[in-house]
Amino acid sequence: MKPFAYALAIGVATAQIATSALALDITGAGATFPFPVYSKWAEAYRKETGNGLNYQSIGSGGGIKQIQAKTVDFGATDAPLKGEALTKDGLVQFPTVMGGVVPVVNIAGIKPGEIKLTGEVLAEIYQGKIKKWSDPKVAKLNEGVKLPDAPITAVYRSDASGTTNIFTTYLSDVSPAWKSEFGASTTVSWPTGQGGKGNEGVTAVVKQVPNAIGYVEYAYAKQNNLPVALIQNKDGQYPMPGDESFQAAAAGADWKAAPGFGISLTNQPGAKAWPITAATFILVHKNPADAARTAEVLKFFRWAYKSGDKMASDLDYVPLPDKVVSQVEDEWKSVTKDGKPVLSN
Amino acid sequence: MNASPAAVSEPAPIARPAPQEWGRVRASRRSADKLLIVGCTVATALGAIVLGSILLMLIIEGVRGFTPTLFTQVTPGPGSEGGGIANAILGSLVMTVLGIVVATPVGVLAGTYLAEYGRTSQLANLIRFLNDILLSAPSILIGLFVYTLMVRPMGGYSGWAGGVALAIIATPVIVRTTEDMLRLVPGTLREAGAALGAPMSIVIRSVTWRAAQSGIVTGVLLALARIAGETAPLLFTALNNNSWFNSNLMGGVANLPVMIYQFALSPYENWRQLAWAGALLITVTILGLSIVARLVLSGPKGR
Amino acid sequence: MVALSENVALAERAPVARRNPSPVGDRLFRGAAFASALLVLLVLAGILASIAYGGWPAFREFGPGFLVSSAWNVGREQYGALVAIIGTLVSALLALVIGVPISLGIAIYLTQLCPGWARRPVAMTIELLAAVPSIIYGMWGLFVFAPLFARFVQIPVSNVVEGMPIVGTLFYAQVPSGVGVLTAGIILAIMIVPFVASITRDMLDQIPTVLRESAYGIGCTTWEVVRHVLVPQASVSIIGAVMLGLGRALGETMAVTFVIGNANRLSASIFDPGSTIASRIANEFNEADGMQLHALMALGCILFVVTFIVLIIARLLVRRAKVA
Repeated sequence: MKPFAYALAIGVATAQIATSALALDITGAGATFPFPVYSKWAEAYRKETGNGLNYQSIGSGGGIKQIQAKTVDFGATDAPLKGEALTKDGLVQFPTVMGGVVPVVNIAGIKPGEIKLTGEVLAEIYQGKIKKWSDPKVAKLNEGVKLPDAPITAVYRSDASGTTNIFTTYLSDVSPAWKSEFGASTTVSWPTGQGGKGNEGVTAVVKQVPNAIGYVEYAYAKQNNLPVALIQNKDGQYPMPGDESFQAAAAGADWKAAPGFGISLTNQPGAKAWPITAATFILVHKNPADAARTAEVLKFFRWAYKSGDKMASDLDYVPLPDKVVSQVEDEWKSVTKDGKPVLSN
Repeated sequence: MNASPAAVSEPAPIARPAPQEWGRVRASRRSADKLLIVGCTVATALGAIVLGSILLMLIIEGVRGFTPTLFTQVTPGPGSEGGGIANAILGSLVMTVLGIVVATPVGVLAGTYLAEYGRTSQLANLIRFLNDILLSAPSILIGLFVYTLMVRPMGGYSGWAGGVALAIIATPVIVRTTEDMLRLVPGTLREAGAALGAPMSIVIRSVTWRAAQSGIVTGVLLALARIAGETAPLLFTALNNNSWFNSNLMGGVANLPVMIYQFALSPYENWRQLAWAGALLITVTILGLSIVARLVLSGPKGR
Repeated sequence: MVALSENVALAERAPVARRNPSPVGDRLFRGAAFASALLVLLVLAGILASIAYGGWPAFREFGPGFLVSSAWNVGREQYGALVAIIGTLVSALLALVIGVPISLGIAIYLTQLCPGWARRPVAMTIELLAAVPSIIYGMWGLFVFAPLFARFVQIPVSNVVEGMPIVGTLFYAQVPSGVGVLTAGIILAIMIVPFVASITRDMLDQIPTVLRESAYGIGCTTWEVVRHVLVPQASVSIIGAVMLGLGRALGETMAVTFVIGNANRLSASIFDPGSTIASRIANEFNEADGMQLHALMALGCILFVVTFIVLIIARLLVRRAKVA
């Protein structure tokens, strides 16, 4: 019986530890897109303040479910919740950082930024209507560029993801046909092409298949030197994707137009605006059961707005404009416990 | 149905025709025979090549990540200098041990019930069958079950939930091997025990269990190997943690499989490096465990 | 195998130990063993109940049509299980078609051909394949196997069969990326080989040596011994082993997710991407909400039912083998 006696002893000992006081480490979960930057911030924040923050990427849908179920202190989502959903669950939503999605191609002899596409052309490629790179619609945009007379392989994210949501939101913005048939979602019933799991999977397929086109997060394309294709924006220009063009997309937007700042940044006006730009969002309870923990969450993001910009840029994310930050901090006053804001000063 | 490694016995040497006798064999029979030999050898070689190439891939990609800080520091942010996976290693250890500590008594006792008490009764057959289903249930659904059972009622992720999910995966493995091993114990041993006047529980504990000891230990080690690499059930139960976790295991607990899953598909070189190092570490550990399990079994007592 | 045969006999014999006058400890022990066994039953019942509960709204909404619809449109909330069911069955079937001959080859090699000193290390190497974590298989499949497979199999084969009837559809890769249903089948085959091979090897070892010796004695070649003596003797047990392998192939998640391409399309070509029930759950569960979540849970129910059926068949076959 000895092993059981040991097992029992271990069990009792661990149970005792379990009942000891809870540390104030806060937990958040959700969107995959901001996972690197939140991890970076959490690391720096811990060094600076000693307070821990654990953020895990389980997917935006997961983040929303978990904050509703109150298993986490904050949820994170790439696709903003609508006003009525926020009211229904008593949630407050605010953006943290922005980023872009870029199309990447694998065509022999084509250098990064050399090939140009419009939104409609991109949508038709993913619908399977444009089948070859030599299609007149593509050729017209790329005079002087030698494009192969070869079939296009459209590569997409096979796992449900915020990246797909941003990309299809853009396609729905520019193509009524796309909007009516497939719409914007984290998973789409793709009519053509091939799926890859995660940014990594998409990249692997694009690299593997000649004449393929895929879409990945900008950070991913940049870190891996993938050849990007340029997209015509609302002003008819072809900006290079990057900090500047993502910021330009956010500059003209009216963030207060939707509850919880839930506006779409795709296809914004501005000569330099990158058309497939999006922000990522945080969700907290409006009247949290544990005010201290929610206050910690807000303190963390207040710190991040103030000191995290450089870290975000280094990872190819784009910090929010200052104007939006002050609007967000105003909004935090609505997070209350017994009528008092949880975040003082 | 004895899938257990114990059922392997060294077959007695067989007298095979000597090669020179080929002269009396028809060409078609000869070529069929050659084909079989070549085919079987190639099949075996294929298995070895696959294992070799998996290990080679892990070593090529993972060895660079084996820095001194790998075992001492927590997972870093993207692009940060240094850092390791010490938190994930410890978390994985804690939850795996927790899973095994829960699963071993339950699994051994349930296996004992099936082999010694239940035998061919209807209920025993039903449990045996359900155990086999549990053995091949997709682990993601087990994670989901524990989420509903523990994470939601407790109001948060915890290492306890992760340990329970792993225990549910480990238990059927232990039940199965324990039963198989106990059934291999000759009935005469039990009869001898009973003849001495020992009640059944004493016979089981001091005779049957002892005789099957190494086999049961193997089952536990195999279960350990199985759960140490599980990703899907931990994602919904233990979550993960980018730093040290609470000593009471409440909140997310870092673990290797989820860390590998998140970091391997990220754009940042230092994260990917850690993911590969973690993958190498976990695979080598599990392979080592499996080898130990088989050596234990083939020890003097196992035969 | 003295022990085994005796144990079979034991099952039919009367209990060997005295039951009455049993001390409290004896009853306690028996109770603990019984409770543990019941716990196994309860856990599975709990898992089934929680998944059935989650999937019920989807079954109610789509009815039996859920099984035969190939739609999976999140935007329109239209869901059907057909593509995933077919993908699951096809990839598992491919895994068997590829994996079983290899497993038999390995088992025959180990029992008949391998020199004695090499038997243990070779057997261990094969069994270690079962110890590699599923996610590692996925990464190996995506980064190592898929590029090689595209270059040396998909592209040449597609070039040869293009335009031919039937094979031209079945083996034509529109996108030679190396991932697809066949790739998933191959990875699954590798994953079930250690199971099927070791069970088969045990079965072959149990065949009385005298049978083999007699066959060799009348001048049979190794092939003839295998074909006419060993395989008929062990065939039913081998089928049982294969069914257990099938059970594993059906539920495999992580590895398949990496290499199957995850498309919701029915395609005649096994080079094209598809999806399985488990891979779809793994891919979409985190982002799913509302009806999509129910549909995924309903897929989980279907997977359980399929596994049930496979295991029942396996059990019946093996039982018949034991009786025979």
